[in-house]
Amino acid sequence: MKKSGNILLCGVGGQGILLASEVLSSVLLKAGYDVKQSEVHGMAQRGGSVVSHIRYGKKVYSPLIEPGTADTTVSFELLEALRYLPFYRKGGTVIVNTQKILPSPVASGMASYPEDVLEQLAGRGLSVLPIDAFGIAAEAGEKRAANIVLLGALSAFLPADERLFIETIEGRVPEKFRQANIDAFRRGRESSITNGGEVRP
Amino acid sequence: MKTSKTDTDKILLSGNEALALGAFEAGVKVAAAYPGTPSTEILENLSGYEGVYTEWAPNEKVALEVALGAAFAGVRALATMKHVGLNVAADPLFTSAYTGVRGGLVIVVADDPDMHSSQNEQDSRNYAFAAKVPMVEPSDSAEAKDLLKAAYRISEEFDTPVLLRTSTRVSHVKGVVTKGKAEKPAVKPGIEKMPEKFVMLPANARKRRVEIALRMERLKEFCETFTGNRIEWGDRERGFITSGASYLYVKEVFPKASVLKLGMVWPLPERMIRSFTEKVDEVVIVEELDPFLELHIRAMGISCRGKDLVPAIGELNPAIVRQSITGEKAEGVFEPVQIPMRPPNLCPGCPHRGIFYAISKLGVFVTGDIGCYTLAALKPLSAMDTCVCMGAGIGNAHGMAKALGNDGLGKIVAVIGDSTFFHSGITGLIDIVFNRGNSTVVILDNRTTGMTGHQPHPASGVTITGDPTVAIDIEGLCRAVGVKHVRTVNPHDTEECGKVLKEELQRAEPSVIITKAPCVLLPEMKRRKDKKLYVVVSEKCTGCRSCLRLGCPAIEWAPLTEEEAKQRGYKPKQKGFSRINAVLCDGCGQCAPLCKFRAIVASGEEDEEIR
Repeated sequence: MKKSGNILLCGVGGQGILLASEVLSSVLLKAGYDVKQSEVHGMAQRGGSVVSHIRYGKKVYSPLIEPGTADTTVSFELLEALRYLPFYRKGGTVIVNTQKILPSPVASGMASYPEDVLEQLAGRGLSVLPIDAFGIAAEAGEKRAANIVLLGALSAFLPADERLFIETIEGRVPEKFRQANIDAFRRGRESSITNGGEVRP
Repeated sequence: MKTSKTDTDKILLSGNEALALGAFEAGVKVAAAYPGTPSTEILENLSGYEGVYTEWAPNEKVALEVALGAAFAGVRALATMKHVGLNVAADPLFTSAYTGVRGGLVIVVADDPDMHSSQNEQDSRNYAFAAKVPMVEPSDSAEAKDLLKAAYRISEEFDTPVLLRTSTRVSHVKGVVTKGKAEKPAVKPGIEKMPEKFVMLPANARKRRVEIALRMERLKEFCETFTGNRIEWGDRERGFITSGASYLYVKEVFPKASVLKLGMVWPLPERMIRSFTEKVDEVVIVEELDPFLELHIRAMGISCRGKDLVPAIGELNPAIVRQSITGEKAEGVFEPVQIPMRPPNLCPGCPHRGIFYAISKLGVFVTGDIGCYTLAALKPLSAMDTCVCMGAGIGNAHGMAKALGNDGLGKIVAVIGDSTFFHSGITGLIDIVFNRGNSTVVILDNRTTGMTGHQPHPASGVTITGDPTVAIDIEGLCRAVGVKHVRTVNPHDTEECGKVLKEELQRAEPSVIITKAPCVLLPEMKRRKDKKLYVVVSEKCTGCRSCLRLGCPAIEWAPLTEEEAKQRGYKPKQKGFSRINAVLCDGCGQCAPLCKFRAIVASGEEDEEIR
């Protein structure tokens, strides 16, 4: 069993990163780890870039991930995957939602959206897993569950049983949306596995 | 409130959630606060527990006075606030040190190093020293709960208010907490007249001043054996003295070093510090912000290192701690790449955007305030010229008007949010009326405290627990303090806003303009079904970019090459066209009148829909 790890979740305010972080941290706690989860609230959330640090291990002191030490990253938005580059470990895994949300300088025509985000990541030797979380969530019947699709994709890389994730999601999602969310999770997990992500017990 | 529960007693809580649980377990009966990042969630969570009265007070001074009153009545009481809130509450804080308490009183103050969501950086430990009250400082969620409970015992045993300091990385970090048992405080609630203790006339206050000195001596003795202060022995070459989040970074980077961990940062355990420092070769103090521990430890005649190594500005983290002490630069594997910034912005459909757009067209000087609307200072609106503290915009406008006399008339406008107005804007408005001012004040009534996550305020009509209450009439209130010209406008109607602004700014008398439209993030606004989205009829768009001046996240600029422009039937020189992102559009309609070519229309009314 993996002894410890650093997971970075990043994206744009309003994408459900907080909920995904909370589910993830709860699962890691249930799997027997000490966990710390850190993010910033307030002004930073108004459409700005959002990042959540999750660290797990036997005993975790610092809530913050150091540059160059994030093992696995999930970027909920395409461009954001580049913003946190200095945090990634050499050869680390980056799961990237291919959805684009234009930052205001791009929307107003003052800057342009980079065309080659995935290539830039892969060119640095990172293991890149692009995923159309929005599309997969729609297939599962709940467009708003893109965050759970991404959590599913991430779960394939973590030392925690699939059952723990499903239990935790069941506990967090209202009954009406439960089945669609679990379906979204499974589809996300499946996409990671078929993409080459390995499942570790 | 939301907690991430597990099957066992171990749960994951943020520092703020843990403080709420701690307050509940400590038997707190009354808790008051004004919302402020990073402190807000303490009271929000506590309001979900049975048997605790909670309230959003209009400001932190009132919150502390309410909590102190509850402590006078013999119950355990809590006031929570952000660092700048303690400035507002400093008046009752300093004298509450004199009166002491009956039931325990704890004031939680959350510092925001690095100013993630604040206008300044303050080290609240200085208040403990200045107000002569003890202060405890947790490093994580588990300690937050334990130290809060300890703080109540200290408060009652030593008859003093106690400060508990957190920072962003304690308040907003989730960690593992074990649920404990609820305590039953020993003090009995009731009315007890104790004028020599509670009435701070000079004759009484002089006696209480001496009492504070004696209390501090007893506390100094107490903290020598207080379990929150502990030595973790390791290598003796270097000994760290640290507290709060800094302790976590020291342990992360130097797991084998000796550490004196302070859970109580005022007063300091001098004997413990001496015995620790005598047994290590070099003493390094690692603390966020001011050299607080360093100054007081140096004053004991102990030589140490501290701010000569560790930065006094901004947040610390493991990389900074490592680099400051070992010189080893903790760089990532990959260099950052240049990509477009993603600054925070007013939401699509935000009513503030409309009024600020109207203000931006007038070219006036805008004395601003604290809230979501401070974002109007950013491009392209650039419609705010000052932002100092809660309520400052009104006094600033009046002061500028007095300084400039007739030359200033019509050129200055004060803008303040509704919650901020109740917090500390009313007194500024009274000053304008009282002292024959002529300023125009715009009050942005969006029915809620937006930036901190929608806490009700005195004009919202509900309390923290959602119970209905009187919604104070802002217009009536302004008239009651003597403002003769009070007008209410719809901020989404930018033309009307512009007209009313011009009229009121020219008046040589005080005036108030209230913009009334709810925050679009309020649940009832999110749920509304009658939303009519707007679209750009692409063939009518001339690429003039007028609509982009609103800075609405839903309006996007699509650049075109000459070839593409031709293909789309535009003039070859047209550099692009605007489009509205249907996912983001909230249907406020502010953009439609901005387009001279009538290319922006409500969905369904266009000649041709574009995507």
